[in-house]
This record gives sequence, structure tokens and C-alpha cells, in this order.
Amino acid sequence: MATPTIPIPDHVEGAFDETQPPKFRGTYLEKVHGWVVTVDHKKIGLMYISYALIFLLVAGAEALAIRVQLARPENTAISPLVYNRIFTMHGTTMVFLVGMPILFGFGNYLIPLMIGARDMAFPRLNAFSFWISAFAGILLYYSFIGGLGLSGTGTAPDVGWFAYAPLTEKPFSPGHTVDYWAVSLLANGIGSIGTAINIIATIFSMRCKGMTLFRMPLLPWVYLTMSGLVLVAIGPLTAAQVMLLVDRYLGGHFFDTQMGGSSILWAHFFWIFGHPEVYILVLPAFAFANEIIPVFSRKAIFGYPAMVAATVGIGFISLGVWAHHMFTIGMTSFGNAFFTLSTMLVSIPTGIKTFNWLATLWGGKIRFTTAMLFSVGFLFQWLIAGLTGIMLSVSAWDWQLHNSYFVVAHFHYVLVGGILFMIFAAIYYWFPKMTGRMLNERLGKWHFWLMLVGFHLTFDLMHVPGVLGMPRQIYTYQADRGWTVWNEFISLGGFIQGAAVLVLVYNMVHSYFRGAVAGPDPWDGWTLEWSTASPPPDYNFAVEPVVASRRPLWDLKHPEDPDSAVE
Amino acid sequence: MGTVPLQHLQDEAAWQLPSRGRVGMYALIVAETAVFTIFVVAYLYYLGRDQWGPTPKQVLELPIFNTVCLLSSSLFIWLAERAIEHDNVKRFSLWWGITFLLGAIFLAGTAREWYKLIVHDHLTVRTNLFGTTFYSLVGLHATHVIVGLFLLAVVLALALTGRIGQKHSERIQVLALYWHFVDAVWVVVFTVVYVVGR
Repeated sequence: MATPTIPIPDHVEGAFDETQPPKFRGTYLEKVHGWVVTVDHKKIGLMYISYALIFLLVAGAEALAIRVQLARPENTAISPLVYNRIFTMHGTTMVFLVGMPILFGFGNYLIPLMIGARDMAFPRLNAFSFWISAFAGILLYYSFIGGLGLSGTGTAPDVGWFAYAPLTEKPFSPGHTVDYWAVSLLANGIGSIGTAINIIATIFSMRCKGMTLFRMPLLPWVYLTMSGLVLVAIGPLTAAQVMLLVDRYLGGHFFDTQMGGSSILWAHFFWIFGHPEVYILVLPAFAFANEIIPVFSRKAIFGYPAMVAATVGIGFISLGVWAHHMFTIGMTSFGNAFFTLSTMLVSIPTGIKTFNWLATLWGGKIRFTTAMLFSVGFLFQWLIAGLTGIMLSVSAWDWQLHNSYFVVAHFHYVLVGGILFMIFAAIYYWFPKMTGRMLNERLGKWHFWLMLVGFHLTFDLMHVPGVLGMPRQIYTYQADRGWTVWNEFISLGGFIQGAAVLVLVYNMVHSYFRGAVAGPDPWDGWTLEWSTASPPPDYNFAVEPVVASRRPLWDLKHPEDPDSAVE
Repeated sequence: MGTVPLQHLQDEAAWQLPSRGRVGMYALIVAETAVFTIFVVAYLYYLGRDQWGPTPKQVLELPIFNTVCLLSSSLFIWLAERAIEHDNVKRFSLWWGITFLLGAIFLAGTAREWYKLIVHDHLTVRTNLFGTTFYSLVGLHATHVIVGLFLLAVVLALALTGRIGQKHSERIQVLALYWHFVDAVWVVVFTVVYVVGR
């Protein structure tokens, strides 16, 4: 039997596909039309990311509005009514219109490139999922204009991002604000499920020759787990939204306590979605770390099989921990013990991951690019976020601190210190691939250090007023509470983070036009996306790749010592 | 030109991946199962907590005929799948048509049941928790039947106009997978609503 081979040219540079896409010549209108009707996974991925970044700025501005209001005791910078809307919209936007779309965007863009495919499994479903998610975001924000359903009296949902019943029922939330919230999340959920189905089918059915599941880069593995979680977690949210709409429009009684309905059932349904959602958001952050840390440590990832097992393990365990959000609602002691223990169990696979990243760094030839700086910041902050998570998983401790700013500090440590930091790292790492231009490293360092200082100023200090008893979602507080100084510095940190994000925005716009040309492989990477042009042509690969190891580009660059020889 | 031997890929033809349609449909079924689970949980949770009637015991009748129709349609769609695999379009159209008919009878049966409940027993979504949960759960399933019937009708129209052949066999099977799922859900709904809940 003839041994199949892949041809490689004499020198490494030639190993890359440098086919240039034809220069697009057309009017602006044709360009816009091209983007609207596209089914190309790269364009859809970029639209997801851009859409999410715009909402990141919006929801960030909302966060700053909250911080302005809380900076001084008995402040009246914004009215209580507006305050409720702002924190509801901040939470809903950040989770559903920033977190999920940006992660789906990177997944959409990277997964086909990493597994050597030319597109996702269902390109049209992909476009549908994006556009229905985009519709959901616009609908949610349209509520500012049309929320009450009366002319001239715009408003927005004001029930908190978890929208506990019976506050959301018709008698307590008249008008259409909650309807906008529910329909928007329903539509967004359909988009999420569509993309999750697409990612799963792509990974199972579109891998290039030789790319067995255990030769996949870790990023597709993590996205596979994340998509599985989306399938089982978004369903309950969708079902709960339908029930809420049945209550509000058809006069049903699901969460109508006067007719025997249960508000606790809403809490259960919401958190059956809500806790896996945390992992849906954080798993892609892990995925970015899995790709970025090895490349900038110049070592293969430590413990690949353990990483896969830990990822899938986190996926399964995260389905059985939801009621740790409900310790204070009141459960049996068995329930308390069960959810305390299951929550602690998550720390085992997460710990495995952390140690594997550290072991990857250990002895490596580390290059501190901006992407790597953000990754190291992530490692440190993710550890602390996990530790406060273990504290809160103890039901007795949670009774003391539930709904306090300690909890707010904890989950912002996860969402900002963990996820957002890795999203920034991913932007610095893959921006050259997506646009063909490098982001400016000097501005990147400014971005990183401002973000780091601002983040720690805000969220380290935020734990303290929590322990001192400051409840979340409160509009204001008296001066004699002893929370004033803390809140001043927290707000200051918020503005520093805002400045950091503006540096990123400037950097992205500036580098898009003026940045250094990246070339196909600026970081000396090992996965397939670096083997094609930057930005990749529509068809991704001129020749469909064939791989023989986990690091196909390493094999090409180092034929004397290929991974495939030892695998 | 140098070459790198591929040590683990002996036979390129052996590189077989599962069909994306099938994987996609299985994934959709997982998501749908999660949705139905929540509605079933809500139904069971609120069972017997009504403040006033009518209760399931007073008004629900076992829809035996309906159930037989829907479940047997799974058998006929399987026969249709086999027929198209053997490129027998005539037989495929026959079995496919029967499947559609059985599904339509089921839907008509549900409509009759609802008519009786609403007009004679005065049970609506607003009446009590039973009304809310019953119409939601059974309605959700009926919605899936309607979607299924629409898809079946499209394929039937294509088959009758001679535009379906053996090469569509896999797509037909993926669609049939959805119909099997709708039938399987009915087993759960039937058990929960008409057996356990009555």
C-alpha cells in the first residue's frame, strides 16, 4: 500500500497558502449587500464580533452610569426608575448581546479554519442564527422607545437580568417592557441554539483528512462542549420565556402566585439555564487560553487528554449546580448539602486546567505579547474568582453574603477578570488573521495595564462593601454606612477600565488602516488557521489540508522533528 | 519538494465522517428535549394544585385512537424511508401520504378534544393551573406536529411531482428522524397527562 503524503516545499515560507483573493471592486452598496446576504463563516463571525463589541460599549456605558450613581451616598445622578432599567439592561446586554455573540463569533470564524474545513456545516442556518440574534438585540434596545406602548413614554425592562417572578407578571409589570425582554431573549435563544447545532455538526462532520477528534486543537473541543451546554441550557430558558408570555398574554398562571403558581419554579428554570450559562461563557475563554498560552510559551499544551476530560467534565458537572443561586430562597438541608458539594466539585476539573496552563508556562520560552499579558492576567484573576466561588458555594456562608456586593464582585471577577480578559487576548491574537494587520503592541500594553489597574481597583475593592452589608441593585445608601470611600474608588476604577476600552477601540480602528501587515503567520503558530492567508480567502484553503498530528504547522516547519512521529 | 509521510492514515478512502444532517438533527432533538422536559416538569409540579376545577379526572378522556394513529405513523414513515432507499418512488409516495394522513388525523383529534374542553367543560388557559399547563404542554407538542405536517406536505408535493429520488434518501431520513421524535414525545406527554395525571 502506498503511503499517502503531503507535499511540502523546500523552505518553510512556501508552506503557506499565499493565494490572494481577488480584489473586490464594487460600490459601497454592493459591499453592504455582500455582507447582508453572506453565508461565509468568516464574515458572519466578524459580524457577530462587531455586533458584540458595539453592545460592549453600550453596556459598558450603562455600567459607568451605575457607578456614577453609586459613587456618592444619597446621590441622585439618575432617577431610581432609570437606575433599575440601567442595571437590568447592563446585565442582560452583557450576557446575551456581548458574551454569547462574541464567543460565537470567534467560534464561527476559527472552528472551520482550525479543523481544515471550508465553511460551517450549515452556512444558511449560520446566517439565520446571526440575523435573528441581531434582531433580538435591536428589539431589546427598541424597548427604550416603545416599551410602554404609549407614545412619548419610552422605557426599558427594569426587573433585573434574572427577572424573578412574580415581579414580571402583568399586575406588577404593566406595559410591554417585560415582553420586550422575554421576546428578545426568546429570539436570541433560537439563534444560540442554531449556532450550537451548527458548531456540533461542523466539528463532527467537517474535519479535514487525518483530523481525528483527538488531533483537534483544544479550541474546537471546548466549543463542542460549550455547544452541548447551549443545547441543554438554552431550552429551559426558552421554555420559561414561553411560559412567561403565556402568563402575560393568554392569562396563564405559571408564575402567578395568586392562582397557585410558583415563583420558585421560575427561579429554578432560570438558574437551570443560568448556571450552565456561566460555563457557556467561560469555556470559550478557556479555549482561547488553550491556544494562546502554548504558542507564546513555545511549548505544546501540557496534558492534552486531561484538558479534554476536564472540559467535558466541567460541562457535565455544571448542569447539576444551579440551585446554589437559590440558597436563600430556602431548600431542604439535603438540597443545600447537595448543591454545596456539586458546586465544589466543579473546582476539580477547573483546577486541572489551571495547573495544566501553569505547567505549559513552566520552562517555556515565554513571549510577553499583549495577548500573553492578558492571558497571564486571566490565569491569576480566574484563580481568585474560583476561590470566592468556593466560598459562596458553602450555603451557610452564602446566607450571609447572598445578593450583596460580594457576589457582584465574585461574578464580575469571572466575567471581566476571566472572560473579558481572554476575549481581549483573543482579539490581539487573531486580529492579524482576521484583518491582515497587526494591532499596535505599544497601545496594547497601554490597554492591558490600564485595564489591569482599573479592574483590580474596581473589583478587588468591591468585595469589601459586600462584606460590610451593601446589597446589590440598591439605588443609593446613607453616608454613615461606611461604604462611601470604597464606592468612590470602585467608580474610579470603572472609569479607568472605560479608558482602557477606548484605547482598544482606537487601536483597532487605527491598526485596521495603518497597522503593520501581518502575513499569514505572525505568531509562529501551529494550528491550521495560520497556514492560510490573512485574511483567509473565501474558500479558506486552496488545497484541503491533511494532518497527521495535533500541530500540523509544527510538522511542516520542523520536518526533522514532527509531532506525528511521536504521537 | 520534500514530503512528510502520514503515519496514521493508511487508506484515504477510510476517512468517513458522520452525515452533518443527521448530527444536526440529533443536536436539535437534544435541544427540543430540554424544552419539553421543562414543560413536563411544570405540568407535574402543578398537578393537583388547582384551587378549583375542572380537574384532569373530570374532563380528560384517553385519546386512544389518536395515539394509535400518531404512533403507527412512525411505522409508515419507516416504510417510506426504506422505499426511497430502494428508489421506489411510487411506494414511497404511498407510505409518505399515509404518514401525513395519520398525522393530520391526530391533529384533528386534538382539535376536537380542545373544542370539547373549551366549549363544554369551560376549561381555558385562564381557568386554573391545569388549564395553563395542559394547553401549554399539549399545545407545544401539537405545534411540533403542525411543523412536521408542513414538512411532510412539502416532501409529498415534491414526490408527487416527481422531484424526489434515491439521492434524497438521506435527507428524507433526517426529516423522518424529526417525525420519530415528535412521536416519541407523544409517548411521554400521553403518559404524563393522560395516565399519571388522570
